[in-house]
Order: sequence, then structure tokens, then C-alpha cells
Amino acid sequence: MSFRDDKIQEIKKSLLVSIWFMFLTFPIMVIRVNPIEKAVEWRWENMLVVGIGSFLLSFVWRYMLKKKEAGEKRAEIGESGNTFLIQKILEEPRFCIPLLITLTIIAVAFPFIFSMYQTNIMTTALMYVVLGLGLNIVVGLAGLLDLGYVAFYAVGAYCYALLNHHFGLGFWSVLPIGAVLGFIFGILLGFPVLRLRGDYLAIVTLGFGEIIRLVLENWNEFSFGPSGIANIDRPAFWDFQFSLQNATIYLYFLMIGLTLFTIFVVNRLQNSRIGRAWIALREDETACQAMGIDKTRTKLTAFALGATWAGMVGVIFAAKTTFINPASFTFLESAMILSIVVLGGMGSILGVIIGALILILLPEYLRVFSDYRMLLFGAIMVIMMVFRPQGIITNIRRRYKFNE
Amino acid sequence: MEYFFELILGGLTRGSIYALIALGYTMVYGIVELINFAHGEIYMIGAFTALIFTSVLTLLGFNEIAVIVLASLLAVIYSSAYGYTVEKIAYKPLRNAPRLSPLISAIGMSIFLQNYVLLAQTSDFLPFPNLIPEFEFIKPYRHIIGSPEIIILLTTSIAMVLLTFLIKFTRIGKAMRATAQDRNMAMLVGVNVNRVISITFIIGSALAALGGVLIASHVGQINFYIGFIAGIKAFTAAVLGGIGSIPGAVLGALVLGLTESFATGYVSSDYEDVFAFGLLVLILIFRPAGILGRAAAQKV
Amino acid sequence: MNTILEVKDLTMDFGGLRALDHLDLNVVEGEIAAIIGPNGAGKTTFFNCITGIYNPTEGEVLISPPGKKRKKINGLKPNRVTENGMARTFQNIRLFPDMTVLENVMIGRHCRTSSGIVGAILRGRSTNKEEKEIVDFSYNILKKTSLSHLVNELAKNLPYGAQRRLEIARAMATEPFLLLLDEPAAGMNPQETRELDELITRIRDEESISILMIEHDMKLVMSLSDRIFVMDYGRKIAQGSPYDIINNPVVIKAYLGEDIYA
Repeated sequence: MSFRDDKIQEIKKSLLVSIWFMFLTFPIMVIRVNPIEKAVEWRWENMLVVGIGSFLLSFVWRYMLKKKEAGEKRAEIGESGNTFLIQKILEEPRFCIPLLITLTIIAVAFPFIFSMYQTNIMTTALMYVVLGLGLNIVVGLAGLLDLGYVAFYAVGAYCYALLNHHFGLGFWSVLPIGAVLGFIFGILLGFPVLRLRGDYLAIVTLGFGEIIRLVLENWNEFSFGPSGIANIDRPAFWDFQFSLQNATIYLYFLMIGLTLFTIFVVNRLQNSRIGRAWIALREDETACQAMGIDKTRTKLTAFALGATWAGMVGVIFAAKTTFINPASFTFLESAMILSIVVLGGMGSILGVIIGALILILLPEYLRVFSDYRMLLFGAIMVIMMVFRPQGIITNIRRRYKFNE
Repeated sequence: MEYFFELILGGLTRGSIYALIALGYTMVYGIVELINFAHGEIYMIGAFTALIFTSVLTLLGFNEIAVIVLASLLAVIYSSAYGYTVEKIAYKPLRNAPRLSPLISAIGMSIFLQNYVLLAQTSDFLPFPNLIPEFEFIKPYRHIIGSPEIIILLTTSIAMVLLTFLIKFTRIGKAMRATAQDRNMAMLVGVNVNRVISITFIIGSALAALGGVLIASHVGQINFYIGFIAGIKAFTAAVLGGIGSIPGAVLGALVLGLTESFATGYVSSDYEDVFAFGLLVLILIFRPAGILGRAAAQKV
Repeated sequence: MNTILEVKDLTMDFGGLRALDHLDLNVVEGEIAAIIGPNGAGKTTFFNCITGIYNPTEGEVLISPPGKKRKKINGLKPNRVTENGMARTFQNIRLFPDMTVLENVMIGRHCRTSSGIVGAILRGRSTNKEEKEIVDFSYNILKKTSLSHLVNELAKNLPYGAQRRLEIARAMATEPFLLLLDEPAAGMNPQETRELDELITRIRDEESISILMIEHDMKLVMSLSDRIFVMDYGRKIAQGSPYDIINNPVVIKAYLGEDIYA
């Protein structure tokens, strides 16, 4: 087959794809009915968009599939996979140190340069960084797909909200309680479910997450139902209450602190005896057990530790928004945190940070994206799994040097 | 006593719709060992397609019967097409990937489809016309059973019989059973595995669309989110019966339908979904193989 | 000579199928024993039963580690069996593909070490010391198994023969008194098989680890084993020295055929 025939074949394929998608999306994209007024709106322009879009995307899709297959072949003969430029830069100490210094300066100066609104967004982004890192312990390191992660987040948030509402307890005294409560819930929920196989575990955790949310929604006497809890105290410094603006800045630095602490802990954990056991568990459960690792206990520590972080961020969330209700803790929230981990790279700290920043900040700053936010999250999960399951940043294992 | 029968009938009706959706889960799981998370969305798209075409066809002046038949048919066709496409995009490239990859991809697909319908259509609940006509002969018994219930039970039973026939006695059914047993072996003896998988998705999606049309017309309203809850419930049904087993899915769905019916009838309707989720959690923890399934020996 | 592994009357049923049928077997200290038999004879099932992956229907598995008391281990979880001193490899290699060679071996040290989460985060002196011991011990094993040049490679990138050796190294890291090898030579070329032969002998002689292996490569079995057990249809049909086995008419009839050395 000549080069030109190849081209024609490719175009034909894309044309077929394009026609197929125009057919497929016809009822949903083109027709919109108003059943009350019995009116039908025809949006033919959408069909054009779908047609052209899918025609072009199908080229990209096939090109990427080919590239991936080529990559797999290369990996088979021993060459390492392709890494992104950013990763290469970061591995170079020459670039890495100045970069870190710049980042520190930006991070410290941020709330003083930008508006309160921006600082708030950044605080939210950092919360997702920490949530992502927490879930990364469970999903990325230990390979346990937890779809009910948001439940522990809810536990932390309600813990602070309720203790604050009923007993007037302050942020700092509840933060450790939230963490411990997250841990305890992690153990309680984890204990019965962790012997299940991977995909069943995912569904059961999803079920648990939903149950917790539904209980919060319906048990009015305990949780104030769907109307939620308002007027939660912002964090104070000893007894000193901040003004709204200072409280925002305070929360921002608090989140920076927690983020650094989380990075420190996760980094130490992943190259420790426990961390290695988690990864081994992810790689091959049977072999892991046959090598003397207690499966249940190892899984439980990962699960509970992940939950601890969710509990902590939950407390901060309640303190930041001063109002919570069950609607903040839906499955979509879990899915969002999961897509952060998936995009960034399972098991990779840097990847998760980048993933969280991209997924949270992009829709905030590019308004175009904000409507399509969840659509984007869904698409990212599919695309990443198909083309780059290791995420943006491949997790690199520690290398040891021996001088002999 | 009459209330009791009402609850039983309500449970069976509910259950048979769950069964239509659960079959898709069970068939797909049996063949590719994947929880097709996007299956609930296929059902939702079936309901939307039916709603859209019902309105359009009514406006075009078709008579009632023609509208029902055509709209249902189009819903089935479109859902099948979506099921087929979803498999090609999100699962086929991951045939040999680690187990969690296709699952994550499926979750992504589910979220994507939900938001696709949300953005292209609306986030509001749309009233769904009652497509099922009122039968004359049923009038005297209306306090016990209405025509919607009859139609739902009847359609479900016919669909089950056809499906059983298809799997037991046709060539493609045999190929499906072979692929479920051992995909590589089936491939070696000349079964076109990709085709079998595609057909499985198509059949499962068609059944889900049928369920979508029936339940939407029974409940009277739909929105983009109905697939999520229905999907989880149908999956619960499939697991309850023993995932991979077709009679199991039907049995599980009926059990779930009855449980829900009684729980909401006698206990409280606030916690309707909690019962379903609770049942799912309990069954997975205590008998993950389900009612009809057998515990599989671990291969080492 | 001390018997270190004693299997009595071991039976395993799967539904109605009897995979192991009243099997008796023992291993004495310092020997290399082999289990042979046609495919489907129940050899791997036997391994799975004595390592805790399956719980046998009937029978007893007893171990007497050198210098320790006799102990019943059937019904224990696989990790407990390994802690008690029996480590295994798998027929279809089961390494941790995305971990480095060294880390794979370090996993084997898990059950001999103890630092927990708090230790890992604080990284105090005892944790550091333990971590260093793990690394040194593991590296030492890699040297013994001639894998030390591959320390930082990912396990999945290793050639086939090296992967098999790494599985053995990983099992050795758990400091077993008995090593269970499930078809260690499967898929190896003659050169790799010769190296394996040497390695197994060295493990027995220098590390004083006894070995029980399932193997199809008759040449390897004949040259290595002190004793051979022959299984067929879940039963033990013969046992004895290599010489006894090749001259045993039951074995020849049931399994080997006339052309064993052809």
C-alpha cells in the first residue's frame, strides 16, 4: 500500500467515526424538548460541531494509540518509558533547587499580592492537594480503589461542626480529634471490607460513602439534615479571633503547613518498610502474602492512614466555609479526588500535587472550563487510563548505591 | 392484607426493572470481568432518547401506538449504540491492563456521560409521558394491579425468555458462554472475542434501555442523574444473585425489589436508598459469591 | 537426620474433585527433594496446601525448624507460614514488577523486621539501623544469587532467567529453613538451567536451607535431588532415590514412559 492510499484510508476511517458520532449524539445534542410547553428546539449547529470535532479527534486518538503501542514495544525490549520534560527538569538538581526557592517565595508572597478571593481559591487547591495525597496512600501506593473517600472527609467536617456547635470547641482542639476520628472510621469501615477483591472493594466503599451521606441527610436530630450546620467558627490563634481577611490568610498558611507536613510524611512512608509492603500489595497480593506480609493489617494501615488525612482536611473545610451540609460530600467529590490521583500519577507525590493544581485551578481561572468541569474529570479518567495509566509523573523508585 | 399484596406487586415491578438493568452488568462481568460503571448511564440515555423521540413524534402527528413503539425502538437502538461505543473507547484498549484500570476508566465514562446529558439537555427533572395505555379489561382490578405493572412484568418476562433462548441455543450464545469460561481458549478455537464482547454490550444496553423506558414512564420523570442510583441498585441485584449468573441477576433483582418495597412500606421511605446500599455492603462482605454463584477457587 | 517437614494424610477436595488424596511426605534436614508427576497430578495444589494458600480438607502439616519445637501449620495464613520458616516461589513468576530488584528482596525481610508507621515517619535511630540492615542483608543475597549488578533495575525489565533467580532470592530473604520451588527451571535455556543447578546446590550447602522442588526437567531433577516423590492423580505413587525412581516399574508405567533418558 502506498503512502497516499494510507492517507486516504485514514481519512475514510475518520469520516466513518465522524458520521457515527453525529448519528450517536443526534437525539441528545441536537434535539431539546420542552415537555411542558410541548415545544421542540432543533440545534443543528451542534451536529456540525460534533462531526468536525470527532473527525479531528479520531486522528489524534489513533495517533496516540499507535504511539502507546510503540512505547509498549520499546518497554518490552528494556528501554525505559518516555517521561515528560518537566520530570527531567526536576530530576536535575541544577534546575530543581532554584525552582524550589522560587516556589517558596511565590507561596509566601501569594496572599499579600493577590486578592482574598485568589487566596481562597489557592487554599481550596491546597486542600485538594492534601486530599489527593491522602487518597494516594490508599489508591496509589496500596492499590485499594476507595470510592468512598469523601465519607472520611465528611466525618472530619461534621466532627468539627458538631463539636463547635454543641460544645463550642475550637479549631485547634478538634483538628486532632478529626484526624483520630478519621483513623477510627477508616479502621471500622476497612476491617470488614478489606478482604474483598479490588473491584468489589471499590463498590463497597462507594456504598459506604453513600450510606454515610444519606444518614447525614436524613438523621435530622443528629446532623440537622439537608439544611446543614452554619456559623461554624473560623480557626483562631489561641484566643485571638481574626478579621475575615486575616482569617483567610491564616487558613492559607495553615494549609501550606499541612501540605508540607503531608508531603514529608508520605515521602518518608513510601520508602519505608510499611510503604514497600503497600506497593508490593498493589503489585501482587498473593506473592506479597507468601513473602510474609500480613495482608489485612497492611491494607488496614493504608486505608486508615488515608482516612486520617481526609478527616483532617474535613475539619479545615468546615472551618473555611463555616457552613456544611451533606451536599458537599457526594460521590462526585470522591471521583474528583480520584481523578486528581489518576491524572497526576498513582503513587507519585509530585504528580498528585500537579494533578490537583491543574484540576482545581484550571476550571477556576478559565471560566470556559468551569461548566465543563465534571465532563473534563470524567474524560481525564478515561483518557489517562487508556493512554497513560502511570499519570503525568511516573513514580520513580528509590535507587540505592553500593560501593563495591 | 391488601397493603401486603400491594407491596409485593410493587416490589416485583421494581425488581423486574432492576432485573433488566442487572442483566447488563452480569453479562458484561461474566465475559470481561469488569464492573461496567457506565451501564446506569446507558439506561439513563435510553430514557432520555425515548422522551425526546416521544415528544418529536407526537408533534409530528403520529398516533399513540406508533409513538410508543417507535420511541421505544429508537431508545433501544441508541442505547445499544452508546453501549457499543463506550466499550470501544473506554474498555477495549484496556483488555490486558491491570484490573483497576478499566474500572477507573468506567467510572470516568459514567461521569462523562452524566455531564454530557446534563450539558446538552438540562439538569432539571423532565416530566415523562405515561406511555403505557390503560387497558379496559384491567379496570375492575385496578385497586390491585394497574396496566403499567402488567406491561412491566410482561415485558421483563418476555425479555428474559428471549435472552435465555439466545444464550442457550444460538451460535452467538455458545460463543458468549465459551468466552466467559476462558477468553484465550475461546480465541484459540476461533471465536471472534471482540465481536462477542461487542454483542454482549449491545444486548446489555438494549435491555437497560427497555428498563429505562419502562421505569421512566412508570415514575413519570427523569433527569441526568437517574442512572447512578439505578445502576448501583441493579449492580446490587447482580451481586446478590451471584454476578455472572443470568438467572441469579433476575432472582437478585426481585429480592432487592421486594426488600425495598417492604422496607419503605413498613419501616420508612427516607432510608430507601440506604437499604439498597446496606444490602449491597452486607452481601459483598458475607457472601460475595451471591445466592446462586459459587465461590471461585483462587488461581495461583 | 531430623525430619523438618512432615505431611500426613493430606487431602484436598474442590467441590467433588479430589485434588490430593491422603498424601504422606517428609523432608529431612539438608536434603534436596523433588516432586515430579504429570501435569494435573496435584503438585502445585500440594504446595498451596502446605503454604497456607489453601486450607486442606484433611490431614496434617507439621514442621520442625532446626532448633525449634514441632508445630502444626495447616490452617495458618500464608504469611504466618512464611514467618515460620517455609518460603516459596511460584510456577508462573510472581514478582513485584514495578519495584526494583533490591526492593523485591527487601520485601522478603518484612516479616523479620518490625518498624511501623511512627518509626517510618520519625525515622529514629532504631528505624534507620533496621533499614540499613534490610538493605545490606538484601544486597548480600543478591550477590549470592548473582543479581547484584541489577540492583536498581525494575523487576519487570529483567530477562526471564534472572526473574526466576530473583524469586528465589526474595524467598531466601525471609530466612527460611525450607525453600519450596515451584518449577524453578521452567522456560529456562540450558545455560540458565546449569546456573540454576549450581545455585540450588549452593543454597543448600552454604546457606543450609533444605529444598523441596516441583520440577519437570528430569535432567535437573536427577542431578540435584537426594530423594524424589512421584505423584499421580493426587496420590503419591512412589518415592526414593533417583536411582530407585528410574528403575521403579510403577513410575515408568504411570508417568515416565520407557524413554526417560532418551
